[in-house]
Amino acid sequence: MTDSGRLTAAPSATKALNEMTISLLSQPVNLGLARVAVAAFFSQLDLVLSELEEIKVAVSEAVSNAILHGYGRQPDRWIEVSAAVYPDWLEIAVEDRGYGFSGDDQAAGGDGEEEGGMGFALMRSFMDEVVLVSAPGQGTRVVMRKKVRGAVAPGKPIAGNC
Amino acid sequence: MILQLEDKGRSLVARLNGEIDLQVADALRTALDRAMGEKGTRNLVLNLSSVSLIDSSGLGVILGRYRRLLQNGGRVGLVGPGPTVKRVLELSGLLRIMREYASEGEALAGLEPGDGNGGRGDDR
Repeated sequence: MTDSGRLTAAPSATKALNEMTISLLSQPVNLGLARVAVAAFFSQLDLVLSELEEIKVAVSEAVSNAILHGYGRQPDRWIEVSAAVYPDWLEIAVEDRGYGFSGDDQAAGGDGEEEGGMGFALMRSFMDEVVLVSAPGQGTRVVMRKKVRGAVAPGKPIAGNC
Repeated sequence: MILQLEDKGRSLVARLNGEIDLQVADALRTALDRAMGEKGTRNLVLNLSSVSLIDSSGLGVILGRYRRLLQNGGRVGLVGPGPTVKRVLELSGLLRIMREYASEGEALAGLEPGDGNGGRGDDR
C-alpha cells in the first residue's frame, strides 16, 4: 500500500503478515461496516469474543472521531480503515484527511470534549497502544495496537471446527 | 436499533436493542427525551440486556439523560449489560454514578422506594 506520506504514526519496522484496507464515506451508517470488517479480518487470529468486542468498540471510537471531529459531520469525505496482523500484535489504523488539530487544540478540548475524551479512554483501555498523529489541515491518523499471543504464521491453515 | 418504551408510574423503562453508536445516538436521544417529557418521567430504567455494543456516543446519550433527570432528583438505573457493555460502562465511570440492577423489577423498586403508587414526593 502506498503510504500517503502525510501522516506516519510510528511506522512498524516489522513486516505485516497480513493486511487489509477499506475506504468508506464519513457517514455514521458506515460505522457498523467498519466494525464488522475489522472484526472479520481478525477472525484469522485466535481471539476470544470479548477481545473482538473490545476491538469493535475501539474501531467505533476511531471512526466516530473521524466523522465528528475530522470532518465535522460532512458526509462525503473518505475515511481509510486498515488492519494488519504482525507476529506478536495486531494493528488498526483509521485515517481521515479532515481538519486535523494541533496539540494545543487537543488540550483545549471544547464542545463534545467529554465524549471525545471518553472515546480515547476506551481506545486506550481496549488496546495496548494508541498513537495519534494530526496536524491542522492535514487530517488525523490513529494507530492502535494490541498484543496477541502467538499470532498465526503466514499460510497457516485456518483451524476450522477442529 | 430498536427501542421499546414502557411507562411504569413515575419511571420510564426503555429496552434498547442492538448497537448503540453514533448512527443511532440522535434518534435515541430524541425518543427518550420526548417520552420523558410527555410522561414527566422521574426515573429512567435502561434495559441493556439486548445491547451488543455501546461506544462513547451511546454513553453520551445515557449521561445526558442522567443529568436531565438529576435536576429533578431523578435517577437512572441500568439493567442487564453484557460483559463488554458492562466493561465500557465501568471504564467510562457511568457505573460510579448509576446503579446496575439485576432486573427491571429490582431497578424500579430500587429507584422508587415507596413502591411507586403515586410516590411521596420527598424530593431530596
